[in-house]
Amino acid sequence: MKKLFVSLLLAPVLAFAAGAELHLDKAPDRSGDMAALQNGAKVFVNYCLNCHSASYMRYNRLKDIGLSDDLVRENLLFTADKVGEPMKVSMQRAEAKQWFGAAPPDLTVIARARASEFGSGPDWLYTYLRTFYRDSARPTGWNNTVFANVGMPHVLWELQGEQVMGEDHHLKLVKPGKLSPEEYDAMVGDLVGFLNYMGEPVGQFRKNLGVAVLIVLALLFVLSFALKREFWKDIH
Amino acid sequence: MAASNYEKFKSDGTMVGNVTEWIDARFPMTSMWKAHLSEYYAPKNFNFWYFFGSLALLVLVLQIVTGIFLVMHYKPDASLNASGVPVAFASVEYIMRDVPWGWLIRYMHSTGASAFFIVVYLHMFRGVIYGSYRMPRELIWIFGVMIFLALMAEAFAGYLLPWGQMSYWGAQVILNLFSAIPLVGNELATWIRGDFVIGDATLNRMFSFHVIAIPLVLLGLVVAHILALHEVGSNNPDGVEIKKKKDERGIPLDGIPFHPYYTVKDIVGVVGFLMAFSVIVFFMPEGGGYFLEYNNFVPADPLVTPPHIAPVWYFTPYYSLLRAVTYPLFGIDAKFWGVVAMGAGVVIFAFLPWLDRSPVKSIRYRGPIFKWFLAIWVVCFFILGYLGVLAPTPGRTLVSQICTVIYFAFFLGMPIWSKLDKCQPEPDRVTFK
Amino acid sequence: MSCDGKVDCGRRRLLVATAAAGGAAGVVAVVPFVASMLPSERAKSAGAPVEADISKLAPGEMMTVEWRGKPVWIIHRTKEMLDGLAKLDAKLADPKSEKQMQPDYCKNDFRSIKPEIMVAVGICTHLGCSPTEKFQTGAESGIDADWAGGFLCPCHGSTFDLAGRVYTGKPAPDNLEVPPHRYLSDAKIVIGEDTKGA
Repeated sequence: MKKLFVSLLLAPVLAFAAGAELHLDKAPDRSGDMAALQNGAKVFVNYCLNCHSASYMRYNRLKDIGLSDDLVRENLLFTADKVGEPMKVSMQRAEAKQWFGAAPPDLTVIARARASEFGSGPDWLYTYLRTFYRDSARPTGWNNTVFANVGMPHVLWELQGEQVMGEDHHLKLVKPGKLSPEEYDAMVGDLVGFLNYMGEPVGQFRKNLGVAVLIVLALLFVLSFALKREFWKDIH
Repeated sequence: MAASNYEKFKSDGTMVGNVTEWIDARFPMTSMWKAHLSEYYAPKNFNFWYFFGSLALLVLVLQIVTGIFLVMHYKPDASLNASGVPVAFASVEYIMRDVPWGWLIRYMHSTGASAFFIVVYLHMFRGVIYGSYRMPRELIWIFGVMIFLALMAEAFAGYLLPWGQMSYWGAQVILNLFSAIPLVGNELATWIRGDFVIGDATLNRMFSFHVIAIPLVLLGLVVAHILALHEVGSNNPDGVEIKKKKDERGIPLDGIPFHPYYTVKDIVGVVGFLMAFSVIVFFMPEGGGYFLEYNNFVPADPLVTPPHIAPVWYFTPYYSLLRAVTYPLFGIDAKFWGVVAMGAGVVIFAFLPWLDRSPVKSIRYRGPIFKWFLAIWVVCFFILGYLGVLAPTPGRTLVSQICTVIYFAFFLGMPIWSKLDKCQPEPDRVTFK
Repeated sequence: MSCDGKVDCGRRRLLVATAAAGGAAGVVAVVPFVASMLPSERAKSAGAPVEADISKLAPGEMMTVEWRGKPVWIIHRTKEMLDGLAKLDAKLADPKSEKQMQPDYCKNDFRSIKPEIMVAVGICTHLGCSPTEKFQTGAESGIDADWAGGFLCPCHGSTFDLAGRVYTGKPAPDNLEVPPHRYLSDAKIVIGEDTKGA
């Protein structure tokens, strides 16, 4: 019977060994780095917001990352007239579907949606935005290693340059862009940091509040435990 | 109940006394307080496992209160808004961002769903190891199984509401189970959906079930569960009846008033639970993708199934039972028998009081057969749960089939093996300290 | 607190401490729930100032714009209308606008920044219906023979003059509210913000 028990415990280990792997690069942590997040917001508004909306994200929410309403109004407010409005996009969804085969998804919570057993959402995005390569077989002329046959062309190609897929299945930069590879990675890091912030703007506050709540509960725990001990002195 | 010693409060002339007397003349306030709290005698040897009953009640209240506030902002509407996002999905993000403190209330509710199942699973396990389902507590147990079933329905209906990809495709799979029923299956599934696909009609009726119908049933069952418990009295880790040994006033020698002793003790349990709960809510509300699934941050899309879909973790053991059945029987296809296996996997708990023939109740005095079989069964339950999260492969299916056989063999063989077990004699009184 | 032999002093102290701490934490925990019923960011955004173009508003006409989900009237009053206002003082509940139903810069005879342009929230101060326009004067208005033009609330019959001042003996207690507003140019008014706020 013990053999059965052991084999039962081992069986799942054998059964679960298989499965496709997806290698993701670790995204740099930009939480709390206001300058980086602001840069990420700028990149997002300039490069992404033309096609992708962030329709649950209000412009004036950017005060979380140190951008006042006036700063937003002067530098970032391209798709709305009031800072209280969400980051909508002017492109019609039907048109977009025609151009790209699929309507560009809303990006508000993309950093949460892209998480998987292979890595966090930011990891996926950080890898994705750095692994576009030239592929003449695709209508856009671009393909991607983590999102095969992606509908989106490489919007940041002027910055990164052009990569091709080598015979060894590694990407090679064949035409440099405006940014050096290090600068490009840092910029994508900022952008992904911003997307991560946007996925849950309250995230940082949530953790801070959690610490306070746990301290209060710990105090209550000590008190209630002492109270229980006090009452239970009667029971023998 | 206190119907026999129904004594009314006599005022001592104070304001509070007068009010109490006035109410007591019109409503059984004092007698209810006594019957269920201050003169409800519970065994004094409750251990850690006995926290989970009151914690289940706490989570129920937490879910109702947070739910009430979520309903103020949530919209059960599958149509697309101007940005092309389903209104229901957008309204959840609206709660998460635009409603003051909405994120906290929503995380409490989503974490509360998982917490509910954790607490209830532990509460049920307590019942199994200490034989709490045995005579005279069969009805408490059956009400409990019904609560468990209602809870599953409640969780299923609630999971559709965020209208994300997992909501949609999870419901798609589960509601299609009904179509496995011979002859009427397809019509039944269509009737439940209210449409030929999962759509706005389905979302709206699930909303109605989730916020009105099932909570009403749940509350009624919880009241019945507690009334039945207080009628026969609580079991305890020794599995001996404290009512057999009473003092001259008729109070069980090993019983202590629930209030204040277990109220103060349960407060410790409540605060401890709230600490664990807060860790999830504030530091890992997604629960590693198990409490809030990543794919559910993508709006429902009827045209694209996510590459890998699995039910929420608390359903996965039963989902595995469903998938384990791959052979047709009696000319009916395997799908139907899978549904039967899944349903039987839950309902079989209700028969435990009659399956168990052991002379003792508690694991403390049970023999090695029970301990080993229970351990194997628990391992199988976990394996089934884990397999239910993963995509099936031939190897995994084989494992889940072995576990399914063990799962049912544990119950069906119980009338035999529980008799054969070498038990130790039960003590006369509970062991304390 | 008395501490005689009968009452266990330590126990009572612990009870009070736990109850106080638990109670305080409980009260704080209620805050998010109560606060969740306050206007959301979306509601605040919808409450943002609105602009109105009055270049085409002819004398004797009014237009309505929506601000915070409420009708805001902009009335271009004629010379005669303005002259008539002063004669009504005796019939009005608050002719001098003593109550704070308007910003200070509108606390004048016309209850407006520019005499001819009246801006008012078109919501009766009684129970919140929107009064109807009754610019027709005299008996033809259907109100009474010496009606000087103004507004009639269809719900409970309150009447207001062309400066939104309420007549006496009517259910409505106050003059119509004048919202904060300012002129961007002669043709453009912003409703919902004034020169003080940005």
